[in-house]
Amino acid sequence: MHELAITEGVVQAVTERLPGTAIACVHLEIGAMSGVVADSVRFCFEMVAEGTTLEGARLDISQPRARCRCRDCGAEFEPEGALPLCDCGSADVAVLAGQELRITSVEVV
Amino acid sequence: MCATCGCGDEAGVRVFGPGHLGHDDEPARQHERHEHEHPHERHDGHAEGHVHDHGSRPAGRTVELQQKILAKNDRLAEENRAWLAAHGILAVNLMSSPGSGKTTLLERTARDAGARLGLAVIEGDQETTLDASRIEAAGCAVAQINTGAGCHLDAIMIASALRALDPRPGSVLVIENVGNLVCPALFDLGEAARVVLSSVTEGADKPIKYPQMFRGADLVLLTKVDLLPYVDFDTERHARDLKLISPHAQLLPVSATAGEGLPAWYDWLAGRAG
Repeated sequence: MHELAITEGVVQAVTERLPGTAIACVHLEIGAMSGVVADSVRFCFEMVAEGTTLEGARLDISQPRARCRCRDCGAEFEPEGALPLCDCGSADVAVLAGQELRITSVEVV
Repeated sequence: MCATCGCGDEAGVRVFGPGHLGHDDEPARQHERHEHEHPHERHDGHAEGHVHDHGSRPAGRTVELQQKILAKNDRLAEENRAWLAAHGILAVNLMSSPGSGKTTLLERTARDAGARLGLAVIEGDQETTLDASRIEAAGCAVAQINTGAGCHLDAIMIASALRALDPRPGSVLVIENVGNLVCPALFDLGEAARVVLSSVTEGADKPIKYPQMFRGADLVLLTKVDLLPYVDFDTERHARDLKLISPHAQLLPVSATAGEGLPAWYDWLAGRAG
């Protein structure tokens, strides 16, 4: 349900950065380990954008894959599923990528 | 209306300060999401992003923003954190699913160790001041946030609640988040530590089912352990799964009704407060 607040954050950030500018497309990065469901953001976007300069804008979401480094053996790997477990058996990992939650750019009309 | 669950947000967010509980029509501080007058908020204007022209057609002009979606919440959370640190206040974000015993734990904490810790509480619920009234009856300074449709607390709400509550310097402030194992994990409030409750009346598999929440925990309290003889809860599996999700989180079994493990919880708070 937090995707609604996330989507409101997107619309608010864009309208603050580019006041009064009609937006044709918004490019987002939502990482696989960000805790945000891209489809839910898509679902909320049309409603949240209504009546703003983002109304009718296209939403383009890229979803960077997760990448981790094991703190025990140093190996880098792409975790499968929600549990980032290294092949060495360690769960003590640093997340290098996949937690992105970012507005990369917008296309203006 | 919330697009996901269909709940209405007409009520909006309300904050009730001490002495204003039970008067839902007169909140001590009305939360203003869009005209937020944070006492320590910076007003640094945002510069427009760098503009790239793609070809000769102005229609496709791309503006690079490279901005975190939660940038505003994160900035306000940092301001809360700085304000709390400047006043020597330890803020703890207490999270769990509904019914895991957050409020019961805080009632007992207030009665047993409220004076020793200088305890103050911010309660977060969608509706009612019932929890704040329970905490107040336990002799503790408390403010209540009602989020209306909201499924989590955010840094702006905490800034409002801090103004309403005005916690004493050097106190321990526990923020009881909205009961929810998903959404609150994403929103920094400005806390110094995160405590997640897992109760033995829930499944032992909660840590692996809600990894985002448990991954961020500094301390996990396994609550209602006095009920272990009556429920089918695998404590070993719970501990093992938690270790996989959050290798450095501490785990403390407690019972707020029988008292088991509570001194360790009070000591943990006192230790973090320094």
